[in-house]
Amino acid sequence: MGYIKLQNIFTDFCLQNINLNIKNGDFVVIQGHSGAGKSTVLNALAGFVEYEGDIYLDGKCLNDVPIQKRGVGYLHQAIHLFPNLSVFENISFGLKAQKTGKKIVVKEVNSIMQRLQISHLLQRYPKNLSGGEKQRVGIARSIITKPKVLLLDEPLSSLDEVTARGIRKELKSLAKAYNLTVIYVTHNLVDAEELADKIVYINKGKILQ
Amino acid sequence: MNKFISILFKNSPILIFLLIWECAGRVDQSPLLPSFSMVIVEFYNLLESGFLVENLAHSFIRVLVGYLSGGLFGIMVGIFMGMNKAIEEALKPLISMLLSIPTLGWLPLMMLWVGINEALPIILIFICAFFPVAYATLLGIKETPKEFINSAKALGASNFYILIKIILPLALPSIFTGLRLEAGMVWKTVLAAEMFAIPTGIGAMMINAESLIRVDVIMVTLLVLGFMSFGFEKAIYALEKFLTNKWR
Repeated sequence: MGYIKLQNIFTDFCLQNINLNIKNGDFVVIQGHSGAGKSTVLNALAGFVEYEGDIYLDGKCLNDVPIQKRGVGYLHQAIHLFPNLSVFENISFGLKAQKTGKKIVVKEVNSIMQRLQISHLLQRYPKNLSGGEKQRVGIARSIITKPKVLLLDEPLSSLDEVTARGIRKELKSLAKAYNLTVIYVTHNLVDAEELADKIVYINKGKILQ
Repeated sequence: MNKFISILFKNSPILIFLLIWECAGRVDQSPLLPSFSMVIVEFYNLLESGFLVENLAHSFIRVLVGYLSGGLFGIMVGIFMGMNKAIEEALKPLISMLLSIPTLGWLPLMMLWVGINEALPIILIFICAFFPVAYATLLGIKETPKEFINSAKALGASNFYILIKIILPLALPSIFTGLRLEAGMVWKTVLAAEMFAIPTGIGAMMINAESLIRVDVIMVTLLVLGFMSFGFEKAIYALEKFLTNKWR
């Protein structure tokens, strides 16, 4: 499940009365100019910024729920892989933090690495990864904990078109396989056309359509 | 052959210095300026008699105990300050102020408070290590990008887990900068404390040699001190490399 409802969301200097309903399993792309407030919507959903209004996930109000317990996966355009951890440690970070058994951790990590074709990167550190490899590791890390909602903040903006096309396909198929509700922020029209079930335009902190 | 010449060229200032020292000592023939070879002979004598090793061991243990306890306590206080805004605001001005006091400035006060005993040099070294390490740890923790912390939280990690797995490892370079800065300073501190107050250790050996006008012994202690200080700093640097090199 991953039904999201944003009701009268305001943030300091950015969002102004955002109302949005997103169905379970939808792939929603949020578009808008730089500074329009696209990323702030994701940050509010993830609990990274303070906001006024109500955010519901599967009917449960998230306003007072700490970041750790929101059930939301998040991937920023800069990916933010932990530089001191290997690829395996990065991907397994969420499972280990939630005290998942060692055997299950290894099984889940291997499974997702195979799916994203990054098994050969297992022992590498982020400093030794290319842009596309970092993206794949970042995606694997954000979905291995099986969040209800995946928030992606311009994840392909720093990649060349060929690499981006490959990852776009993988994202779409992963979202289906994991039954994820995805909110994807971008100002790239190709991303929006290829991925979106629904497109939301934001300008100056307000939803246009 | 090329490599040999390169090494020779690189070390030529040291070789020239030693040569001048040797010549000056042989020409002067005064006990106030022993030649380099005489200092080396004395070094061997002191080593063979066990006198040097015994005094060096005293100093080394003092440095190790004071440095490790001061460093560890500094890291702990730095973590508390870095993770808690209220503690940071309460302690930071005090630590910033005390950090600027030269360690040897505490010597007269500590002589009165602690007395002239084994605890005196250890406490001075503790002070020497504590303040810079606490401050460096605080800086390292504060410099951890918020995005890493948010990403870790979104993955369900508790604050303690994030501290252990992300914040502290990423703060290591800053912590080691603090530790390295003081690695040489602690040897200067132990030397001063032993010269003024403690009858054992490398500093006491030096001040005794001064009263007997044994310049060769003074020079041996200076050489040993320089070597220990340099070695200590290199050891800390090697430890930092070992812990962080694979990901930095």
